[in-house]
Amino acid sequence: MERVILHCDANSYYASVECLYTPQIREKPVAVGGDVAARHGIILTKNTLAKSFGVKTGEPIWQAKQKCPNLVCVPPDFPLYMRFSQRMRKLYESYSDRVEPFGLDEAWLDLSGRGVTLRDGARIADEIRRRVKNELGITISVGVANNKVFAKLGSDMKKPDAVTALYPENYARQVAPLSAGELLYVGPSTQRRLASIGVYTIGDLARCSETLLTRLLGKNGALLKAYASGSDTSPVMPCTHTRAIQSVGNSTTPPRDLENAEDVRCLCYLLAESVCARLRDGGFRAQCVQFSLRNSQLVTRSAQTTLPRPSSLTDEISAAAFSLFEKNFSAGFPYRSIGLSCSRLSPDNLPIQLDFTGCEMQRLRQEKLERSIDGLRRRFGHGIVTRGVVLSQRELLSPVEEHIAQPMRSFTGKEGA
Amino acid sequence: MSAHRENPAKIYVSVRADHLLNGRIRPLMFRAKDGPVVRIDRILDEREAPSLKAGGQGMRYTCRVGEKQLYLFHDDVYWFIEAE
Repeated sequence: MERVILHCDANSYYASVECLYTPQIREKPVAVGGDVAARHGIILTKNTLAKSFGVKTGEPIWQAKQKCPNLVCVPPDFPLYMRFSQRMRKLYESYSDRVEPFGLDEAWLDLSGRGVTLRDGARIADEIRRRVKNELGITISVGVANNKVFAKLGSDMKKPDAVTALYPENYARQVAPLSAGELLYVGPSTQRRLASIGVYTIGDLARCSETLLTRLLGKNGALLKAYASGSDTSPVMPCTHTRAIQSVGNSTTPPRDLENAEDVRCLCYLLAESVCARLRDGGFRAQCVQFSLRNSQLVTRSAQTTLPRPSSLTDEISAAAFSLFEKNFSAGFPYRSIGLSCSRLSPDNLPIQLDFTGCEMQRLRQEKLERSIDGLRRRFGHGIVTRGVVLSQRELLSPVEEHIAQPMRSFTGKEGA
Repeated sequence: MSAHRENPAKIYVSVRADHLLNGRIRPLMFRAKDGPVVRIDRILDEREAPSLKAGGQGMRYTCRVGEKQLYLFHDDVYWFIEAE
């Protein structure tokens, strides 16, 4: 049976929603950027007009304003973007129950079955494109193909407000000449490594020997060759599908650099509190703690340790993170951002071996106490119970007060778009 | 920040409505802040649509009020009409 996969990608999503909700800025170059005062001052997305001035996603706002002095820079409104994304998804779900979101602005739809051909898929894609424009007021680009990777490739080929169908008989003409970097999961680093063996286009990648690619890129080499040949068979995961959680982590860039151990200790507590609350919420304990710091040159280093017993206790996790810091990072101040992640998860209902010293009983009591605090925070807000160490460093606080759920990663081991 | 954004082309209104058994909402009358109560004579159409004039998106009710026809939008928890 021929698979019919659509990839719908909202064009300049954040900027489009902002322009829809604020008509006064619709005809101006608009960029959505982080809070400069909180040092999140980079361009998250820009509209077509801002793009024509050379404004790029990821560049600092001051740099973008040099290129385009009239740039209207608006702060992000994530609750609105999330709500709007749900409306888009609802529309997609009226066409298929197999809709896999990829971030807030992208989704794959599987229309296979009941005799639907790729040409039917292209027709339906055009209907979805029109409906999104008429009913939601923003534009999308849709790619149609018989696999997810090429559907995504198609949605990037024509923008905005367009449908691109890639039929197997046209791969040699439409897909093969494209740069390998256009393919999903081929980032700048992989692209450089491919170029080192003379692989520049998707066609080169499809023709390249699997042994050579595996030697160069490990098991991902064979996977990329399959992607480039159009033989990706990965299914579209419906949004009801939940992936087994492998790790729970959180990171933050505080409003100022971390200048001493006390700053790091404070943020270790904050991150550990957030991570442990999520571990307890998910019914997990973790045995591996990974701690990372990024310096002002944006170089990230990380270290990890194994705990003697699985834990979801803030004190134990933050102590493990802080001792990793003391062993590995105490010389490199100032640091720009900090991250903490827990893995090797086990269910929290596994039996525990008690001991004669009462240490395990004490840990269980501590866990009960932390669960009570979780309950209080759920009912009365995060600030209802706060640690003393955190009170002394209020200016480092704001970013980690809420846990923000990140979009589901579509490909194990690689970051989402 | 949220779906609630003030601008001169957007008039937020309070609404009295029927919530039907099938989940649909049928607005009956609305009132802008400090304005008179406006009774909706008939709903001619309802559909999801953006308001390009006032900014926003939601269920758009095409309402007949006396001799006039206007759009009443329900965006998230807010109701608004477009300024003339």
